[in-house]
Amino acid sequence: MELEEVELREFLNKLYLNFGYDFRDYAQASLKRRICHYLQLKKINSLSELWDNITSDNAALEQMIQEISVTVTEMFRDPSFFKSLNKHVIPRLKTYPFFKVWVAGCATGEEAYTIAIILKEAGLLERSIIYATDINQRSLRKAADGIFPIDSMKNYIANYQQYGGLGDFSQYYSAKYNSVMMNKELSKNMVFAPHNLAVDSVFNEFELIICRNVLIYFNQTLQNKVINLFYQSLCDFGYLGLGSKESLLFTDKRKEFTEIDRKEKLFMKTAK
Amino acid sequence: MREFRVIVIGCSAGGLQAMMQIVPELPKEFPIPIILVQHRAKEPKDLLEEVLQHKTKLNVKQADEKEKILPGYLYIAPPDYHLLIEQDETFSLSSDEPVQYSRPSIDVLFESAASVYGAGLLGIILTGANQDGTYGLKAIKSKNGYTISQNPKEAAFQLMPESAIASNAVDQVLKLQEIKQFLINLTSDV
Repeated sequence: MELEEVELREFLNKLYLNFGYDFRDYAQASLKRRICHYLQLKKINSLSELWDNITSDNAALEQMIQEISVTVTEMFRDPSFFKSLNKHVIPRLKTYPFFKVWVAGCATGEEAYTIAIILKEAGLLERSIIYATDINQRSLRKAADGIFPIDSMKNYIANYQQYGGLGDFSQYYSAKYNSVMMNKELSKNMVFAPHNLAVDSVFNEFELIICRNVLIYFNQTLQNKVINLFYQSLCDFGYLGLGSKESLLFTDKRKEFTEIDRKEKLFMKTAK
Repeated sequence: MREFRVIVIGCSAGGLQAMMQIVPELPKEFPIPIILVQHRAKEPKDLLEEVLQHKTKLNVKQADEKEKILPGYLYIAPPDYHLLIEQDETFSLSSDEPVQYSRPSIDVLFESAASVYGAGLLGIILTGANQDGTYGLKAIKSKNGYTISQNPKEAAFQLMPESAIASNAVDQVLKLQEIKQFLINLTSDV
C-alpha cells in the first residue's frame, strides 16, 4: 500500500484538529509504515475510509492510536545504560529524603518496572514515586496491570544479569499460565497517567527523567520542544536518560546539560 | 546508463565476507552513498564497522538519526534499530517490532528508500539465510528502481538471494566480482 505525503499530512492535520492527537511532527517514514500496516491489518483501502471509520467509532480511534503509536519496549533494554544509571545517579538519589522519577513515553511500562527494581535493590523504592506516562491509554492500562507475556522473561532475565542485578529476577514476579504478574510492591508507588509529549506541558518536578527510544520517532522541531519540556521539569542537577542512538544535538538546550556518560546518553541539568 | 542517487545493500549470514569482496576497490570519491543493512546481534562489542573500514577507502559509519546522507560514505544500520530514510534524505531510526525476525530489517530500509529515491535507487541483495529483503526489492521495483541479486550459486547462504529472484523482483543476477565491477562502472560515467 502506498500513501501520498500530501494525503498523510492532511490526515494528520485532521486527526489533531478533531481529536488532539498530534502526530504532525513525528518522523514521517516510520509513522507512514505503521499507518500502512494498520490499514492492511484492518483491510482498509484508503485514509479517507480510515477517517470515516475512526470518526464514527470511538473504539476504532483508540485502536488506531494504539497501533500507530509505538509500544515496543523491554525490561533492562541496553543493560549497560542501567548499569551507568546505577553507578552515576543512584548515589545522588540516595541523598534525597524523597524523589520523583518520570518515565516519559513508557508504553506498556517495562521500563518503569525496570526502574522500580533498580530502586528496590538500592533500598530507595519507599522514598520514590515513579510517574509513568504515555499517549496510549491502552498501553497504560497494561502497564498498570503489570502483566506481561512469559515468553519475554528469558530475554529480560538475560538483560538483568548483564546489568548486574543483585538477586534472582524471578523474585519480582509470579508466573501463571502464559503470563507473569509483576509484584505489586514494585508498582505501589507508581502513577500511570496519560501525557502527550507533543502537546501537554510540565506537570511536576523530577530528580530523574527517563525517555528512551521515544525521541527517534520525532522530527527536530518536536525533539527540541520535548527536551525543553524535560529541562523545565527537572530540578537543578536533575538527570535525563535517553536511548543509545538519541542525543541533544538538535536542541537549543544542549549546552545546559552536562554529559554524565556520553556513550549511555546520560545527562545532568546544569543549574543556572 | 542510468544515474543512481543511492545504493542500498542487504545481507545476513555470510554478508560481511561478501561485502569485503565488493568494497575494496571503490574509490574514495565514489559519488553515490551506500547504505547497508547487515543482520547483526545486539552485542555491544560488534566490530562490523571497524572490519569494513579496514577494507575500504570509503568512510564507514554507523547511521545516526537525522543524519544527512552524503556521498563518499558507507553507512551501516545500527544494531537493534530499524533504519529508514525520510523525504528530506536524512536517516531515521525506529524500535518497532522486528520484521522477519530481524531488527534492523532490510525490507524496512529498502521500502522507505524506494519511496524517497524512486528510479534513482539501486538495491542489492547478497547472501543470507532468511527472506528479509524480498519484499524490499519488490518495493524498489514498483518505484522503478533497479535491483541486483548475488548469484545464489556462489552465495554462502542461498535463501535470501533465491527468495528475491523467485519473486521476480530482480533485474540482474550477478556474482560478487560482477557486482563490484558494476559499482566501479558507475563511477566512470560521472
